[in-house]
Order: sequence, then structure tokens, then C-alpha cells
Amino acid sequence: MSGESLRRATATEIRAAFHSGAATSRAVTDELFAAIDREDGVLGAWLHLRHEQARAEADRADARYATARAAGPAALNALPPLLGIPVALKDLVNLTGTPTTAGSRILEGYVSPYDATIAARLKEAGAVILGKTNMDEFAMGSSTEFSAYKKTVNPWAIDRVPGGSSGGSSAAVAAFHAPLSIGTDTGGSIRQPASLTGIVGMKPTYGRVSRYGIVAFASSLDQVGPFARTAQDAALLLHAIAGADAHDATSSRSPLDAALLNLPSGDAAASAIRGKRFALPKEYFVAGMEAGVERAVRDAVAALQAAGGIVEEVSLPTTEHALATYYIVAPAEASANLARYDGVRYGASKHGGGDLLNGYLETRGRGFGPEVRRRIMLGTYALSAGYYDAYYVKAQKVRTLIARDFDRIWAAGFDAIVAPTSPQVAWKFGAKMSDPVSMYLADACTLPANMAGLPGVSIPCGLSENLPVGLQLIGKPWSEAELLSISAGYEALTATAAWRAVAPHDLTKLGGGAA
Amino acid sequence: MSELTRAEVERVAALARLGLTSDELGKLQGDLNLILEQWAHLTDVDTSSVPPSAQTIVQAMPLREDVAEPSLPVDDALQNAPARSGDFVRVQAILSEEADG
Repeated sequence: MSGESLRRATATEIRAAFHSGAATSRAVTDELFAAIDREDGVLGAWLHLRHEQARAEADRADARYATARAAGPAALNALPPLLGIPVALKDLVNLTGTPTTAGSRILEGYVSPYDATIAARLKEAGAVILGKTNMDEFAMGSSTEFSAYKKTVNPWAIDRVPGGSSGGSSAAVAAFHAPLSIGTDTGGSIRQPASLTGIVGMKPTYGRVSRYGIVAFASSLDQVGPFARTAQDAALLLHAIAGADAHDATSSRSPLDAALLNLPSGDAAASAIRGKRFALPKEYFVAGMEAGVERAVRDAVAALQAAGGIVEEVSLPTTEHALATYYIVAPAEASANLARYDGVRYGASKHGGGDLLNGYLETRGRGFGPEVRRRIMLGTYALSAGYYDAYYVKAQKVRTLIARDFDRIWAAGFDAIVAPTSPQVAWKFGAKMSDPVSMYLADACTLPANMAGLPGVSIPCGLSENLPVGLQLIGKPWSEAELLSISAGYEALTATAAWRAVAPHDLTKLGGGAA
Repeated sequence: MSELTRAEVERVAALARLGLTSDELGKLQGDLNLILEQWAHLTDVDTSSVPPSAQTIVQAMPLREDVAEPSLPVDDALQNAPARSGDFVRVQAILSEEADG
């Protein structure tokens, strides 16, 4: 394997090439850096690159593969599945010795003194960490336009957003700058950008992946998850990062399904759809949904049905209140989490002249961007004396109702909910920047799963206006392997669909110039 | 629930320790009122017999032995401090001369 084929290979293909000796991690890593160095001036997906460290990690992986190949197949199979596979991290994952900005000026210059648990696990697995990716400031946004640092474009149309908040991670995978990347999803920040850039993105069950060392946004909702170009690749990355962690009391000891490492493929995957029961919630076909998106999603549902899946329309009546509930709970928790950015212990600081209070006001007033300020203000208000019961406690009660809606679906025996991920395809830069509520509506179909803690995955299911559309699958707690198996089944069913042959159109424009 | 006044926006900004300009406060007042309008329909949801959920995936809190483990070395912990004095983070005085006297 060489050149363009290395760049476009999936993690599963790369791994097979490492086993056979057809490719080296160093060659893949060099090829990806060449693409990044040539194209990121236009794409804008990356905030920090680790050229030297990544190459050293690749060389170490290659040495282990060489030794194992000499020792035989058993030695090769004993190596960690991610050994030598390049991965990108959203820039809110602490990685010792690298900057971690969370897309904010208030963390400009901050260098991580420790590893997040998932960073330590990726290192332990021998993954090659290429660098850190752009994001909406503190993961607040749906387009990555709220990054304090740069604009990330959608490789399908460079005048359009890549989604957000994990837009750098999704754009990097969609543009073949990395086969895998890490995102976080508090209200849709993995699934929505995956939908808008035509890739796979999974938010695992709340607690499946440790958040230790991840910059916190809303702690009752935040979850870490994988981006990839296939369901099997997403499963591979999830398997490497998931599991109990003594540093995060919310991380689950619920055992990981070994099936993640060996999802069905081809005909076996497609035939596994037969007999599965899918719930189609009518409330997710919201007002304002683009006709082309609805058509692609309904076609995907029909394909599942044609393969023997049983689809029934259901009602999740509390869905209409999920958005308001989310926009009370998430900002309230954010206002508490972001209180730590005070310019005293780390980060940008405006302390010096004047008194301590003034230092806080200046540091925070200048350090946070417009969307983060809005959320801190909303959250502070919702938690303030006299409003706490009316807003915050009320929202916590409605959250109970949202969770009960989902419980009824599982009690009725459904295997998964099928729905659109985003009501729209990728929109043009600036289209939602002046109206915060229009930006919030972009997550209307994803945030209910966060409110209920459930796993969800977005997989490509077609094109509308020549831009990618995502199909969302939501499952019961801890059903990640089931959701990804169904995803692999859908991939097999549509392997020869015409839309799968369409590559991101504007890839060729990425090499055109430097920033 | 009524509209947020300018004075309330200023009070919330002070609680949040955000030093904002007059223009920024004005813009926020408009934005917040637009968003609060979207919250209003929650009051119509009957939650009289519904308990609040702080989180929905409820697991037993894990217990562990109470043993000391190595923690971050002081130099690493202080490497990002804007101002340092020995093994401490240096901060503005919180008591004025008069208060001391």
C-alpha cells in the first residue's frame, strides 16, 4: 500500500496491512502528515500537530510489528488492535506536554501536566496520536464557528460548516487526515458533526468512557466517543478507550462487549438486521426538517425494513420539551464547571493591577467568547436564588419524563430507535451566528439521548443537495455493540448504493492554498 | 416568567464574575430574553408527581480502599500558574492595608 491508498485506508484495513507487512505505521503517519501539511491551511481542522512524537510512536509500533511477525500469527494477534493506528484528539483531552485549549482564549498557553485516562489508554494501546483538533469553545456550539482560534471547513463544501462542537475531529476524518478521532458529545457534538461530514460518530452510554482529564462542560451529560469512517473502526476505537476508571466515579464497571472487536461484516451483518425491532419516533421529524434529509432517512428506514427489520412508528411525547430542558441543565452545569477559570492557577490571567475581584472580572470577561458567556449567564441565572426551583429543578423533573419516554420504548421490546441525526445538511458559515436559538435547534434530534444518558450513533445514509445526511440509532444503556452491529448491517445493505461512491467534493480544493 | 431587566442582567454578570462592557450587557439582555421565551412552555408540563433526576444512568457509587497514591509533582501542578512563589501560586492580596490595621 502506498500514497493515496494509505491515506484513505480505514483503521481495520491499516491494521491488516501492518499484520501482513504491506504497510508500516511510519508510512501511514508520514502520508497523513503530508496531507495535513498541504491542506490544513484550508481545512482548518487542527490546532496542534505532533510531527516528531507521532513519528516516534509509529516507529515504536513498527518495531513491535516486525518482532511479532517474526514470531508468528499468535504474537501478531496478541498485539493491541490500535497499535500504530493514527488518531486525532479533540483539543479538550489532556495529553502530557501538549497544549489543551478547549478552543478558548482563556486556556491559551496552557500545557497539560497529565494525561486524560483516554489519552493514557491510547498510548498504552500504542496508537499514534497525530495532534489535537479544533472545536467550539468549551464544546458549546454546533458549527465549530465559536472556536476562538480558527475556522474549520466542511470537506464536502468549503463554504459550509463541519458541524460541532467536535467539528475539527469530524472534518479531519472526513478529509482523510486521520482514520480515527476522538470527540465529546454533551448534546450532539459527536453525532451532529458526523452527520454533516458523512462519517460515523458515536456517543456511548453515559459512564461508558472515563471523563478524567477531559475539559468538563456539563457533567451529567458529557460523554467521550469515537469518529471513524466505518462502524467497525468506531467499535475498535471505542473498545480501546472504554471501561471503568478509578479517577471517574461515574465510569461504569458494566462489561464491554467483546463483539466490538469483531463486528459482523458483509452478508452476516446484513442478515443480522432480520427480526430486529426499530422504533421510529414521529416527534423527530420536526418542523423545519429539510425535505431531502427526511427523504434520505425514510429511505434508510425502508432499507432496514426490506432486510427484514420490523419498523413501528412510536411517540416520545416529551421530545418537544427536551431542547428547553437541555438549555437549562447544560448551561447550569457549565456555569459551575467554568467557575474554575479564574486566572489564578492556570490559563490566561488579567490579575495584576487593582484588586482580586477585578482580576476575576477582567480574566473571565475578556477570556470567554460570546457563546460561552451566554451559557454562563443562562446557567448562573437558572441557579440563582429565586429561580432555582422554577428553572433548574423543573428541568430536572422534565428530564425524568424524557427518560421515562425512552424506558417505555425498551419495555415494549424495541432493539433501537431510528431517527434523523440533524434536521439539516451542513449550512453556510454565518447562517446561524446571529440567532442563538436557531443554532440550538440544530441539536433538537440528538440532545434527548444525552438527557436520558443513552448511547447513540450517527451513520451516513445518503445525500441531500449533494451533502451528507446522517441516520441516528439510539439504543438502551450499554448497547453500543448492538448499535454498531446494526450500523455495520446497514453499511453492508447499502455497500453498492450510488451515494456511497460520492467522495467529499471539495477535497481537491483543500490543497489550494495556505492560511 | 417575566423579562430580564438590565439590572438583573448586571446582577447575574456580577454573580458569574464576568466583567462585561455596556454594549456586551445590552446584547446579552436581548439574547437571554429570546432564550427565556423558549423555556416558558416548560411551566405547562405537569411535574407535580415527578421526582427530579440529577442523572439518569444510576449506578452504585464505587468504593475503594483509602490508601495514599502518588499525586502530581508540585512543579508539574504549578507549571501553568501565572505567578508563582516557591511552592505556592501567588495571588493578589485579599485584605487591604486598612482592613489589616
